[in-house]
Amino acid sequence: MHASLLPVSLVLGLPLLGFLANGALALWRPQAKLATSLIGPGVLLGAFAAAVLLFQRLAPGWQADPDVAQIVTLWSWIPVGSLTIDFAFQLDQLSMVMLLIVTGVGSLIHLFSVGYMKSDPGYARYFAYLNLFIAFMLVLVLGASFPMMFIGWEGVGLCSYLLIGFWFTEKANADAGKKAFIVNRIGDFGFLIAMFLMWGAFGSLSYADVFGRAQEVLPAGGALVTAITLFLFLGCAGKSAQIPLYTWLPDAMAGPTPVSALIHAATMVTAGVYLVARSNLLFALAPTSQTVVAGVGALTALFAATIGLRQYDIKKVLAYSTVSQLGYMFLGVGTGAITAGVFHLMTHAFFKALLFLGSGSVIHAMHHAYHATHSHDDAQDMRNMGGLAKYMPITATLMILATLAIAGVPPFAGFFSKDEILAFAFGRGEHEPIFRLFWAMGAVAALLTAFYMARLVAMTFFGANRTGDAERSHLREAPWIMTGPLLVLGVLSVVGGWLNLPAFAHSLGATERLHHWLEPVTAIGQKVSERLGTAAVLPHGSTESALVALAVALALLGLALGWFITLRQPIVDAHHAAPETGFWKVLHNKYYVDELYDRVIVDPLTRFSRTFLWKTVDQEVIDGAGVNGSAWLSRALGSLGSRLQSGQVGVYVVLFLVGALFVLGGLSWR
Amino acid sequence: MFLGPSLAVSAIIFCIGVAGVLLRRNAIVIFMCVELMLNAVNLTFIALAQAHGVAGQVFVFFVMAVAAVEAAVGLAIILSIFRHHKSVDLKNINLLRG
Repeated sequence: MHASLLPVSLVLGLPLLGFLANGALALWRPQAKLATSLIGPGVLLGAFAAAVLLFQRLAPGWQADPDVAQIVTLWSWIPVGSLTIDFAFQLDQLSMVMLLIVTGVGSLIHLFSVGYMKSDPGYARYFAYLNLFIAFMLVLVLGASFPMMFIGWEGVGLCSYLLIGFWFTEKANADAGKKAFIVNRIGDFGFLIAMFLMWGAFGSLSYADVFGRAQEVLPAGGALVTAITLFLFLGCAGKSAQIPLYTWLPDAMAGPTPVSALIHAATMVTAGVYLVARSNLLFALAPTSQTVVAGVGALTALFAATIGLRQYDIKKVLAYSTVSQLGYMFLGVGTGAITAGVFHLMTHAFFKALLFLGSGSVIHAMHHAYHATHSHDDAQDMRNMGGLAKYMPITATLMILATLAIAGVPPFAGFFSKDEILAFAFGRGEHEPIFRLFWAMGAVAALLTAFYMARLVAMTFFGANRTGDAERSHLREAPWIMTGPLLVLGVLSVVGGWLNLPAFAHSLGATERLHHWLEPVTAIGQKVSERLGTAAVLPHGSTESALVALAVALALLGLALGWFITLRQPIVDAHHAAPETGFWKVLHNKYYVDELYDRVIVDPLTRFSRTFLWKTVDQEVIDGAGVNGSAWLSRALGSLGSRLQSGQVGVYVVLFLVGALFVLGGLSWR
Repeated sequence: MFLGPSLAVSAIIFCIGVAGVLLRRNAIVIFMCVELMLNAVNLTFIALAQAHGVAGQVFVFFVMAVAAVEAAVGLAIILSIFRHHKSVDLKNINLLRG
C-alpha cells in the first residue's frame, strides 16, 4: 500500500462521509441543525488539514521535485478489451494547488454558510449537497486520467444543478438549474468527443500515457491534436462559462450566495482552466487551438465586463465579473502562460469568494431588514442599498479590499496575476500580432473591471441610504461566523499575490515561487512551445515598466471613473428608477443574447419536439403502431386460436387423430 | 406362426376402437373403445414377441397396469360428470370452450 494513501483517502473520503451524514440528517432529522453545523464545515476542515499534510509531504520547503507525481491506484475500473481505466488519483504540483484552493476556500465558505443558511428549513440538505460538491471537485482535480476527471466534472455539474435550484419551489430557480445543466451538456459533449479521439490515438486515457507519448503520436500543429484540444476547449467553455456557452452562469445566481461563491466563482467554474493547464502539452502542440482559447478568453473578458457595467443586481454584477475574470484565465493559459492562468485562478478564488460572501453578508442584512418590516422590495438590487458602510463596517472594508484586488491595484493579489497574464499576451504578440489585439482587449476589460467594481462599492456602501426609513434601523453587521471567513479571505486577497511575485518586485521577497512550483507540470509544454517558436516571453526593461504603469493607470482610472460617475447624481431606488434607454438598455439586457438563443435554438427545438417528436413520433408511431399495434396483433392471433377451442371433446379427438396420422405419415414417409 | 392373422385381428380391433371413440357419444362406450385400442396394441405386442423376444410380453404387463390406473381415474371422472349432468353424453361436456 502506498505511503500517501491515507491522507489522499482522508481528503476524498471526509467530504463524502459528510455528504452521507448530512444526507441522512436531511432525510430523518432535518431539525438537528447543531449536528449539521458541526459535520458540514468539520469534514471540510479535516480535508483541508489532510491537504496541508499532503502538501508538506510533497514539498518539504517548497522544493518541487520533478518525480513526485504520485499515482495512487485504488482499483481497476473499466477493463474492457484493450481499454483499461484505473480508479486512480494523481498527486502532483498542479493538483496540489487546486487541492489547497478547493479545501481551503471551501472550508471558509462552509463556515460562512453556517451563519448564512442558519434559518433555512433545508439546512442539512444544503450541507449535504455542498459536501458532495467538494468530494466531486476533489475527484476532478485529483483524477489520474481524463475519465476520472470526467466523473468529477459531471459530479460537480450535478451538485451545481442541485444547488442552483436549491429553493426549487420558485420556478425561476428550478429553471436556472436546468439551464445550467443543459448548457453544460453541450460542453460535455465536446469533452467526450475529445476523449474518444484521444482513445483512438493513444489507446489509453491516463495522463501518464497521453502526455508521455503525445509528442511521438501527435504531430505538432496537426489536425488531430487541434481537433482534440478544440473539443476539450468546448468542454471548458461550457463548464467555465466562456462565449458562447456563458449564459448559464449569471442565471446560476438563483442559488444561495455562498454557493455562488464556492461553485460559481472560486472552484467549479475554474475546472476548465485546470483542464487546459493539465493538458498544456496538448495545447502547446496545437498553436491554432491556443489562439482560439486565448481569443475566446479575451473576447469573453471584454464582453462580460461591458455587461457588468449596467447590472443592478449585486450578484449579477459579480457573476458577469466572474465570467470576465475566467476569460482572463483562458487568455493566460491560451497564451501558454500556464502559471499565470493558474495564479489568477488562485487569486481570483480569494477575492471573488470574498466579494460573493461580502455580497451575501449585504443581502443577509438587507433581507433581514425587509423581513422585519414585511416589505417585498428586492434585497439584491443595489439601487435599494447605499450608505451601508455605516451599518456594516467590517463587510464594507473587506469588500473594498477585494475591489482593489480585482481591479488590479498594487500590491493586492489581483494586480500580480492579471498583470502577468497581460504581459505574457503582449510578449507573445511580438511574433503573432493577434495576441497584441488580445492584450488590448484584456487591457480595456481591466479598465471596465475597475469601473464596475467601483460602481458596485459606491452604490452599495456609499452615498445616501435608500433602503427605506422603516427598514434602516434593522440593518446591521453579520455575525462573527460570517465575518470571520471574510477576514481570512481579506488577508488572502491582500497577500495572495506574493506567492508569485514578478521578477521586478524582487525586493519584496522570493520571486516566481508558484512558477517554479508548477514547473514539473508546465515545463514539457513550455519546451514544445519553444521548439515551435510559439512560447510567450515576458517583455523586459522599459516595455515591462510601461506595461505595469499602464495596468496601474487603467485600474486607478477605472476606479475613479466608476466612483465619480456613480455618485455624481443621487441614485433613485428600484421602485422609482426610470427605464433604461439607448445603449445602456442593450447592456442592461445583456445584449439580448438569451433572447437570441431562445429564438434561434430553444424555440425551433421546442417546436420540432412538439410537432414532430411528440405528435408524430411518440403519439402515432410509438403509441399507435408500436403499443396499440402489438396489442391488436396479439388479440387477432388470440381470436384465431380460440376458434379451435370449441369445447366439444369429439372435435378434440378428431384433431388428435388427424395429428397422430400426420406424425405417423411423416415418420413412415422416409 | 400366426403372425399375419394376429396382426390383422389387432388392426381390426384397433380400428373398431378408433371408430368408436370418434363416432359414439356415450362416455362409457368411448372409454371401452379406448380399452379396445389398448388391447389391440397388447395383441400386437404378444404376436411380435414370438419373433423378437420376451420384451414385448413384459411390455404388455405395463400396458395392463396403466390401463387399470386409467380405468380407475377415467371411471371416477365419468361418475362425477354423471352426478353433475345426470347423463354421460359428451354433448353436455363443453366447459373447455375458448
